[in-house]
Amino acid sequence: MSEQKLKPKVAFYWCASCGGCEEAVVDLAEDILDVVEKIDIVFWPVAMDFKKQDVENYSNGEIAVSFINGAIRTEEQLEMARLLRKKSQLVVAFGSCSHLGGIPGLANLYSREDLFDTYYNKLPSNDNPRKILPLTETETDKGTITLPEIHRTVKALNQVINVDYYLPGCAPPPDLILNAIQAILENNLPPLGSVLAPEKSLCDTCPRKDSKPDKILIKKINRISLTEIPPDKCFLAEGVICMGPATRSGCGERCINANMPCRGCFGPTSAVEDQGAKFLSALTSIIDSEDEQEIKAILDSVIDPTGLFYMYSLASSVKRKYQDFK
Amino acid sequence: MKRIGVFICHCGINIAGTVDIEKLTSQIKEYPNVVHVENYKYMCSSPGQQLINQQIMDKNLDAVVVAACSPSLHENTFRTSVQRVEMNPYNCEIANIREQCSWVHDDKQIATDKAAKIIKSMVEKTVLDEPLMPITVPVNRKALVIGGGVAGMQAALNIANNGYEVILVERESSIGGHMAMLSETFPTLDCSQCILTPKMVEVDQHPNITLITYSEVVEVSGFVGNFKVKIKQKAKYVDWEKCNGCGDCITECPINTPSEFEQQLGERHAIYRPFPQAVPNKVIVDMDECIQCMVCQVFCPTDAIDFNQKDSIVEQEVGAIVLATGYQLYSLKNLPEYGGGEIEDVIDGLAFERLLSASGPTQGVVKRPSDGKIPQDVVFIQCAGSRDPENHMPYCSRICCMYTAKHAMLYKHRVHQGRAYIFYMDIRSGGKDYEEFVQRVMEEERVVYLRGKVSRLYEEDGKVVVCGTDTLTRRNVEIKADLVVTATPIRPIEDIDQLSKLFKISINQNGFLTEAHPKLRPVESLTSGIYLAGCAQAPRDIPDTVAQASGAASMVCALFSSDQLYHDPIIAGVDEDLCSGCGICVGVCPYSARTLNREKGIVEVNEVLCEACGACSAACPSGAAQQRNFTDIQLKNMVKAILG
Repeated sequence: MSEQKLKPKVAFYWCASCGGCEEAVVDLAEDILDVVEKIDIVFWPVAMDFKKQDVENYSNGEIAVSFINGAIRTEEQLEMARLLRKKSQLVVAFGSCSHLGGIPGLANLYSREDLFDTYYNKLPSNDNPRKILPLTETETDKGTITLPEIHRTVKALNQVINVDYYLPGCAPPPDLILNAIQAILENNLPPLGSVLAPEKSLCDTCPRKDSKPDKILIKKINRISLTEIPPDKCFLAEGVICMGPATRSGCGERCINANMPCRGCFGPTSAVEDQGAKFLSALTSIIDSEDEQEIKAILDSVIDPTGLFYMYSLASSVKRKYQDFK
Repeated sequence: MKRIGVFICHCGINIAGTVDIEKLTSQIKEYPNVVHVENYKYMCSSPGQQLINQQIMDKNLDAVVVAACSPSLHENTFRTSVQRVEMNPYNCEIANIREQCSWVHDDKQIATDKAAKIIKSMVEKTVLDEPLMPITVPVNRKALVIGGGVAGMQAALNIANNGYEVILVERESSIGGHMAMLSETFPTLDCSQCILTPKMVEVDQHPNITLITYSEVVEVSGFVGNFKVKIKQKAKYVDWEKCNGCGDCITECPINTPSEFEQQLGERHAIYRPFPQAVPNKVIVDMDECIQCMVCQVFCPTDAIDFNQKDSIVEQEVGAIVLATGYQLYSLKNLPEYGGGEIEDVIDGLAFERLLSASGPTQGVVKRPSDGKIPQDVVFIQCAGSRDPENHMPYCSRICCMYTAKHAMLYKHRVHQGRAYIFYMDIRSGGKDYEEFVQRVMEEERVVYLRGKVSRLYEEDGKVVVCGTDTLTRRNVEIKADLVVTATPIRPIEDIDQLSKLFKISINQNGFLTEAHPKLRPVESLTSGIYLAGCAQAPRDIPDTVAQASGAASMVCALFSSDQLYHDPIIAGVDEDLCSGCGICVGVCPYSARTLNREKGIVEVNEVLCEACGACSAACPSGAAQQRNFTDIQLKNMVKAILG
């Protein structure tokens, strides 16, 4: 067993996420066998039976790397993130939710009270006549039972702990995961804080880039669900909002190849802080009109702009909470 | 770490009166990267500049921040000064603590704190400033002047006399513009044509001027020093190489049609030249009127008529462009209250000029258009559409007060017993000898000046009844006039929008071309290498037009005085490691400085074309387009310094 001890210890953990990031690890398919050869998985709740206690038992920094996916929205997630940080040499934010807040981050558009009310009272599938809402402590005849507190704000991982690297994507593609593990194993890592994906935005690798006109100017914003886009045409040039120009590449153009525009899950490039604001700035720059009324009409035709431009990055945007937008 | 020196100017009491300089100095001393802080009474003075340079050497400074007045005043002073001790000028920055601080505050405490924040934010910018070298470009020392009116001619002659080649493009077949149509000019009553035609001839014969008339510029590309233009030469149906201007064809042409030059008051033929002194003295065929009877061909002694001629395009490369496209008058059709152009004896000022002109349709005898009678009562209406923001043009057309006074005087000189009435709002006679001229018209010529507006006019019994108010006597006035002359506003040419797009020059809300600075750069446009002259920029009289044209010409000559141009290196570049070639910035750039290089998959910048407006930096979704020394990180750090 002495050989086993030399293998770097690796932990996987999930916070507010859909489970897709766990799938992404499994998606490594037979490559996962090579990975398991070289590492020692010491914590992976979704796949193996480990307890918090097991992590606590490790000395500080004993775990070589923790891959944490999901956003932080409960006290439990915060506690686990802090624990793993303490025990790990490296923490990698795994996937869009951990990297940027992701889709759970859109909850920041509403107050916690509104969310509870909708979720527990208003949804048509609910039957909650006593209007019971989750509490952190509930007295029962068998004693007090507790639930972790749900925070008022959903946060990206680096808003609660120091993060060393980021593996972007919803979910991260297998090749980037393998590259990252490889780099960690070989200790061949870029500067701390780097996103482990190419620097350029998606247009660089977009299979449709040759169809782009010399100047992109749009007069009308088309919705993808109502528009027929030829499979080789630049979405943006066709008036369909595609976040590709404002989104880091490396995803393998999975959406584009499925004839869907980019939604921005890889987040902005390293030179941009706020992906949604940057895209909005780009979009307003290519509206082909000089007339104020017309420009307003065109922009008003964007349905749910916040949800569209900040689909993955609201929690990590400059304005983290919708309340601030108002 | 950068070694930055901060130099705080008292500006006498301009800054020191409101800002506690000593306290400020001590506040800045502790700031990161600042290794030296000093204050002085007048930093811009020679000793002040020397003090900065001494400290640059003694303290081995990498950069300096001068906290003083607006950078628009002394940035250049200090940047030039630090170069003497071999500091890159772009490592010298100005923190404006006068206009943006001391001048606008009273509270010393608040002003001092604010000054500290302004300086700190400038220090933050300076930390990441990079040394820059000016961009150099060769200059093609050949100018293009567009418009052959007095402005264009003056500019062309001045440039040509300085020894540079000029191409003068005019859309009509002859140069001369509106000035050629005028009878006499105020306030000296020189015969307009007599003073203009020698200039026209000079232009025609000048060895450095290539005259291209009956032509229009249709395409412009390139940048200062290196423009490429395409000029469309409209088909004249006459071979000008052969035409000797004898005019035999004109005499024989059977077609008569109203003459544009005569403001429809006279006629011309289908083959014509606009006026006898036309330069070049060549004819053209108006194909809309021509019936192709071929009489002209029969009578032409040089066999110049060529009905197969087609429009042609010539390409030219020039280093500078002067726009002198002139004006048009606001049409009477826009003034229904004054007959909407339907009443024959209501004419505009330019038409009246033709009636007064010795070479006009009536040989200078004032005859009214409807029946050719000599009018005994003439009403002049000033501000007929000018200074009327509700219904017409909000601005003052500047020349109408003077030309109306001149019209009334010339009318009285021609028709001694006649009565002239002028309705006016105010008399604006600011100009050398102008007020004296108006006084002469009022007193010596006994022209009746009525202060008030004409509400309406209508035809009755062969007269035009003018209903107005005299606000000085508070009485309504009704005059049965034989002729009414309106001073309608000066408007930019019809297709000013196209022109503005073609040359990428902005126009104001009234359509006039916008100068780079209303006071200090009145003849430059915001696109370097393109200059403005004459009424295309704003309504003005002949002396001002000539002066402005000379100004524009001298700017062109200054540009041509060296064979290289220096372009400010503060431009928006492309970070090739970040640019994904999305191309969003390409359409945004108002100067066409950016192109998508599909092979490399990135956008490239023509540094000379870039005017550093920053539109691309705002648009660039990947952060690859960054303005040099104004990068996002710099701006963010500056904001942090102010808020923190």
